Amino acid sequence: MAIDAPATPIDVASIKKDFPILAVEVHGKRLVYLDSAASSQKPTAVLDAMDRYYETTHANVHRGVYTIAEEATRLYEDARKAMARFIGAGSPSEVVFTKNVTEAINLVARSWGGANLHAGDVVVLTEMEHHANLVPWLQLKAERGIELRYLPVGEDGLLDLSDLDRTLAGAKLVAFTAMSNVLGTLTPVRRIADAAHAAGALVLVDGAQYTPATATDVSELGVDFYGVTGHKMLGPTGIGVLWARAELLDAMPPFLGGGEMIRDVRLDGFTTNDVPWKFEAGTPPIAEAVGLEAAVRYLETLGMDAVRAHERHLTAYAIDTLTARYGDDLRVHGPLDADQRGGVLSFAYKDIHPHDLSQVLDESAVCVRAGHHCAKPLMRRLGVGATARASFSIYNDEADVDVLADALADADRLFG
Amino acid sequence: MPGLEDLYREIILDHYRNPRNRGELPVPPAHAETGFNPLCGDEITVYVQVDGDTVTDLRLTGQGCSISQSSASMMSTAVKGRSLEEARAVIRTFKAMMSVHEARLDGDDGGPVEPEVALGDLEALQGVVKFPVRIKCATLSWNTLTQALDSIAAPAS
Ligand SMILES: Cc1ncc(COP(=O)(O)O)c(C=O)c1O
Repeated sequence: MAIDAPATPIDVASIKKDFPILAVEVHGKRLVYLDSAASSQKPTAVLDAMDRYYETTHANVHRGVYTIAEEATRLYEDARKAMARFIGAGSPSEVVFTKNVTEAINLVARSWGGANLHAGDVVVLTEMEHHANLVPWLQLKAERGIELRYLPVGEDGLLDLSDLDRTLAGAKLVAFTAMSNVLGTLTPVRRIADAAHAAGALVLVDGAQYTPATATDVSELGVDFYGVTGHKMLGPTGIGVLWARAELLDAMPPFLGGGEMIRDVRLDGFTTNDVPWKFEAGTPPIAEAVGLEAAVRYLETLGMDAVRAHERHLTAYAIDTLTARYGDDLRVHGPLDADQRGGVLSFAYKDIHPHDLSQVLDESAVCVRAGHHCAKPLMRRLGVGATARASFSIYNDEADVDVLADALADADRLFG
Repeated sequence: MPGLEDLYREIILDHYRNPRNRGELPVPPAHAETGFNPLCGDEITVYVQVDGDTVTDLRLTGQGCSISQSSASMMSTAVKGRSLEEARAVIRTFKAMMSVHEARLDGDDGGPVEPEVALGDLEALQGVVKFPVRIKCATLSWNTLTQALDSIAAPAS
């Protein structure tokens, strides 16, 4: 549901109190957690919901007829409804719970790809994909000879779409991220999706970074498959979502086999359950689903437009603060305009290796990521082996950015 | 809690700023092996020239953090000119230094280990074991050298 009223601004001081881990001290200093793009922290509401579930309701789902088993099933299916609402799905039955977004993408590659992609068929990806949206397609390339094409990344950190139509010609699937986990770049999902559909291709979007940062509506985005991972959106680890249009899910063969995904099993064969359960073999992550629903409700209470406004402001503040203070010694990778990016900031500082930088920042209890961020082809494109990456969430404020800016100066002491 | 000074000893920073034995060797007669640290993307290529029983030359290319680069640089000076057997002993001793401390961090004190050879400057890298994620940085070049020596010993025909 779109809400037009201006969002109530995020009150970081009160939000910080909702996240117990932010009270932890490292080296006797306040924890400054700037690695939410890798995994966000969890509010008490999520932790309590999971505890309460285990303490009062736990039983396996879809099996028992006794009271707590029915209640556990209800909670699990309620979480599916909450996720459907959160991403604008037409129906909860289009929401498949997976382990994470990596499994969601693998599900599409194995199930839909297994049935529909053959030697010579074209899948279009981009140069800024996470390994989770590269390797499953590279596996299909190795196993059955599909062809992969890549939309390039320009010097500005944006996708270069100048050759879009030619790249899409004859493609069966276009799979790309809505927000880069390295550059922060927000990609023009609707534009690419429309062009892909015009070329007769289906569209898969990796929403791992986008959905925690922005109001998500899969029908407005105009995509066919959409993946989300719970632990980056204040939820627990071990749960993710694949959304797909109902008719696609109906036609797709099952992914993993086992309990739950069947209607009937005989010694010479089986028939499959309805969607979405057809794709949920084995005991699902029940407590995690309960936690994920609590995370969704927490974010809904803040309002995703307010979340986006907050992170946009903080990103602009960080770019301004760091470049004003360090000038040419600090280089931000990706677009400099906060309107074109989410709260993920990769940077190079002097020629200090990101590993060393991150180690020095840890002395100030500042947590930033150093490495290739599971995007090695993009690292090669940027001509670097690794980057340091700070990323922001609702519990970060300008003071956190200031601590980061101050701590960078310490690196000079050792490496300057 | 270990501090940065345990990690970034002066000798380490010196090898980082002024790496020894940088460059390539013609392959063949030298042998080249490339190692990757999948955690951070660091890459290192070790060129080894073995004549008879002796590691006559060793060169390094690649990129990485101060720990991986200085460890590689110190390794090159520790191994160059040694016999193959001595080179293997240096590798074993260095790796033991890394793993003994790893075991101790787990509360499993394997007791003192008699070093096979004196490690000299390399002892400065001892502090790395207090930062377990950085151990892979320190051992990258050593594992790559081991692979190079193994394939020299057993050439894929
Ligand atoms: C854009 C993007 N895609 C995929 C992933 C993989 O997420 P997960 O490990 O939860 O499957 C990540 C995060 O690591 C990501 O940032």
